[in-house]
Amino acid sequence: MPFLAYVGIFLLLPTLLVAYEAFFDAAGNFTFANFDELRQDTIVHSFISSIVLSLESAVVGSLLGGVLTYVVATGSPDGLLRRTVTAASGVLAQFGGVTLAFAFLATIGPQGFITKLIIDAYGTDISGGWLYEPLSGLVLVYSYFQIPLMVLVFLPAMDGLRPQWREAAESLGGTTWHYWRHVALPLLTPAFLGAFLLLFASGFSAYATAAALVSQGQPLVPLQIANTFSSEVILGRENVGKAMALGMIVIVAIVMTLNALLQRRASRWLR
Amino acid sequence: MTATTGTLTAVDTRTGVAGPPRRGLQARRRRRLQAFRGVVLVVLGLFFLLPLGAMFEFSTRGVGEGAPRTMEAWKRIVTDQELNPAIIASLELAVITSVVALVLMVPTMVWVRLRVPRLSRVVEFLCLLPLTVPAIVLVVGLGPIYRWLDGHIGGSILTLFFAYVVLVLPFVYRTLDTGLSAIDVRTLSEAARSLGSSWPTVMLRVIVPNMVAAVLNAALLCVAIVMGEFTIANLLQYVNLQVAILQLGQADASLSIATSLASLIFAFLLLLILSFAGRRTRRTGKDPSPASGSTPSAPADGAQDPVSAPVLTPIVEEI
Repeated sequence: MPFLAYVGIFLLLPTLLVAYEAFFDAAGNFTFANFDELRQDTIVHSFISSIVLSLESAVVGSLLGGVLTYVVATGSPDGLLRRTVTAASGVLAQFGGVTLAFAFLATIGPQGFITKLIIDAYGTDISGGWLYEPLSGLVLVYSYFQIPLMVLVFLPAMDGLRPQWREAAESLGGTTWHYWRHVALPLLTPAFLGAFLLLFASGFSAYATAAALVSQGQPLVPLQIANTFSSEVILGRENVGKAMALGMIVIVAIVMTLNALLQRRASRWLR
Repeated sequence: MTATTGTLTAVDTRTGVAGPPRRGLQARRRRRLQAFRGVVLVVLGLFFLLPLGAMFEFSTRGVGEGAPRTMEAWKRIVTDQELNPAIIASLELAVITSVVALVLMVPTMVWVRLRVPRLSRVVEFLCLLPLTVPAIVLVVGLGPIYRWLDGHIGGSILTLFFAYVVLVLPFVYRTLDTGLSAIDVRTLSEAARSLGSSWPTVMLRVIVPNMVAAVLNAALLCVAIVMGEFTIANLLQYVNLQVAILQLGQADASLSIATSLASLIFAFLLLLILSFAGRRTRRTGKDPSPASGSTPSAPADGAQDPVSAPVLTPIVEEI
């Protein structure tokens, strides 16, 4: 079957290569040394920054995205608003990357639109190094694809809330607060947590935006991996990159498994 | 017990008094909802439109202080010597990737549905796997494979399609699965076979025409994803559209930003078209679904929300 052959060569083989070669040194001997290297300060820090950045951007993305999803879901199902928001979300969540980085440079970069406005008005320059720091500026940039991603992932769950449930709550004398507290929130919680995990995985795997914005150092895991991949000058470092890549796979796999479990829980009522 | 009675009375009174208070309540709720929606849309709308507006402002700046606005950078998108090959390569990759992905997936999925349904879970797992393997990880493993390809079939940038087909698998799978669930593949193919058509005829002239919308959706998604791809091309040292945008950024920020905005708008229009194509799926999809009946929930899911279904799965490793 051509499908199995194709997937075998271009998906399974590369993944297994990463997992396999992470246990070998440059000369081809079996070793755990690549994993010892992961304890280096720079690598540990990059894992911590990556995780914190993904968590923060997932929190911002899921909360703001959740609110936006509610607004879209309460609108007309065939309306222009919904079409525009889902199409725009698809673009920003999947297409983003480099273009998003440039959007930010055009806005709050050294020559950016807002930067210039503020310099003209107050004389202060806001385009400092903060935009390139993993834990402040990047959270802002990442939220530009995390919020749309939340809309895409969470919209089906929001659509699953039936108006009859609200009417039922009301006919039993429930207020808006009662409805949200006892009906909507408990129903949406598994889907929301699942979406949150997905956002985390997406932020954790993101490479393009960071690569385009961060020019010095490798503060995030994907950047570290890219560095070991492209600089073949330092012998044997490539396999340290594979060890890091394996670390990423493990973290993403755990997150996605939890997500699958939550999805199953969520689909009990919302379908 | 008293509590229950209390609630019941409250309800009784309210319904007893009939319309006015209840209608008033709903009207107030609707007003509050509309106000809330307005506020959210304005705030988030500004948040998202501001950078886009800033990109346009930046890309139309004239050279030097007080120079008039100019569309010069926008004109250069099509004429620039460095950018042009990259745009063409990305477009070609988009076409090749969609074609290969469809040629690979449509027969496979039909085959699995008809002949080996027990493999369907395996195929689904394999197709959704790229969502779990970040692109940056995939490319590390693809490195040796691409070095081998370089040696054997040459290092053209178009070889990137091998990797891109894997990237688009989850989206193509979901979209085609929705499309296939809406038609009765078994009856259609058995009818065609008993009338003497060959398998290729069944595929091309019976199955595919019945799921044009899904095939179109899948192709458009492939185009959008390939045009936005950066990670794999960059690490394998090929210059596609996104890599070119980044490289130009140092020397010619206006051109970079104009191209970024143009490509965002291009992708937006593609997905907007897709949402209208999706609406047609719903109309045509409704008729056969009661007849097929075997898996009632699956076609219903797909048919109810074709707008978000194709773009629903996030590309976890892309950005």
